Amino acid sequence: MELELTDEQQQVVASVRRFVREEIAPLEADLDPDASELAPEDHERLVGMARSMGLYGLDIPEEFGGPGVDLVTRTLISIEMAQHRAGLYAPCYGVFGGAGLAQLYEANEDQKERYLYPMLRGEKRGCFALTEPSGGSDPARAIRTTAVKDGDGWVLNGEKTFISGADRADFAITFARTDPEKGRNGITCFIVDTDMPGFRVRRIVHTLRSSHYATELEFDGLRIPSANVLGEVNRGFAIANDRLSRNRIPYAAGCIGVAIRAQEMAIEYVKHRETFGDVLATRQAIQWMIVDNEIDIRTSRWLTLDAAARAERGESFRTEAAMAKLVASEAGGRVVDRVMQIHGGYGMTKDLPLERWFREMRIRRVGEGPSEVQRLIMARDLIGGSFH
Amino acid sequence: MSIRLDKPWIPLGPDAVARVQGQLGVYEIADESGQVVLIGYAGGRSQFGLRGELESRCREEPEGRAFRYEVNMSYLTRYRELLMAFEADHGRLPAQNRRPPRLGRLQPD
Repeated sequence: MELELTDEQQQVVASVRRFVREEIAPLEADLDPDASELAPEDHERLVGMARSMGLYGLDIPEEFGGPGVDLVTRTLISIEMAQHRAGLYAPCYGVFGGAGLAQLYEANEDQKERYLYPMLRGEKRGCFALTEPSGGSDPARAIRTTAVKDGDGWVLNGEKTFISGADRADFAITFARTDPEKGRNGITCFIVDTDMPGFRVRRIVHTLRSSHYATELEFDGLRIPSANVLGEVNRGFAIANDRLSRNRIPYAAGCIGVAIRAQEMAIEYVKHRETFGDVLATRQAIQWMIVDNEIDIRTSRWLTLDAAARAERGESFRTEAAMAKLVASEAGGRVVDRVMQIHGGYGMTKDLPLERWFREMRIRRVGEGPSEVQRLIMARDLIGGSFH
Repeated sequence: MSIRLDKPWIPLGPDAVARVQGQLGVYEIADESGQVVLIGYAGGRSQFGLRGELESRCREEPEGRAFRYEVNMSYLTRYRELLMAFEADHGRLPAQNRRPPRLGRLQPD
């Protein structure tokens, strides 16, 4: 794979890097260190800048008004966008816009009119409700929420957990079991309006993460019209699975961005911080940590861009995406940990972004499929077949 | 952990506030009738944490008030949770709270 960036990619990377350093980072100096939102006036101003850069709505397909950025460039942008305090889970505080819920691009025209287009216009917000208390790594077996056909609609009962944004959502892409005998071929995807009787956001699930807290949902006899089935009945797992594979690439990229910024902080610090009469940079123990960081960063970057390039070419990228996610999330944790060690006591404080990265990076080894599941995916591809 | 803050009320005064540790967390202020009038938090930029925040409240509202608090590292999400739970119970936010951007909605037990 050719890793040399094109002129256009270099320009995009440079402009996003400048944006993060000159526009985002200065605002963070006045925000709470755990903040995940900008003041509305700042947000609006920066959205305007993102639009003028031609980079707003990065993940929106071109036919729906997105800028048409290829996946490798998108990955490079993701690496840059994460290089600030809130960058892991709130890259650039969302001022580049999101794609919303990608599953809706496959919706029928009626559903697009009611959900996709309002979402793209910023009029409606959605959330993705897959994980249940019975487990998230194996959703095909873990889903116990049921949807039972009743007249011209469905009746939903069950609960979901670790659902981000449900308390602010107008609708929830929700997966439920519609045929208990058929395993992964018995799951259907529904678009659930959150103002319907029977939909309840029960509580916030407090985690290590500062941004985008998770919630717990309950469906109690919630009626859904048949017009809100997304895709085909009993074919919902494919919709969920498609998202899971594709999301691993930007997920890995975010880890790399934070690791790069942490490494920059470490290199700057060791050149100035003196101990026992000399700067830390002269200590072999410190030098080795810096080198190990660089190896972790470059390995992660290579694997992630390789996965993106394969996906862009239309080749199979499941193993590559799993490998990138696994390596970048674990390497990112090691890098942040080493940089905290280099900074000593200051590394533990909220004065620096390291403690937030440390907490949030820990989640990355579990979110979007834990490391163990990534290994399972790769093993299946390498050895072949499905096994236990 | 209870969704609602269920710690006992403490009369708001300099001596009581001086005993609060300077940690991160959330707090509630009640009026003379015991109604919650303010939900707040001591975040990463609060000088002296909960004690500093409550000292400020004490100076602003010196009489007839009570407070309770919870040390919590997830102070921002806990703060939002308390606001949402209050709104679910009362149909409005506490009198002295301004609505934060994009406050969600909970329907707790």
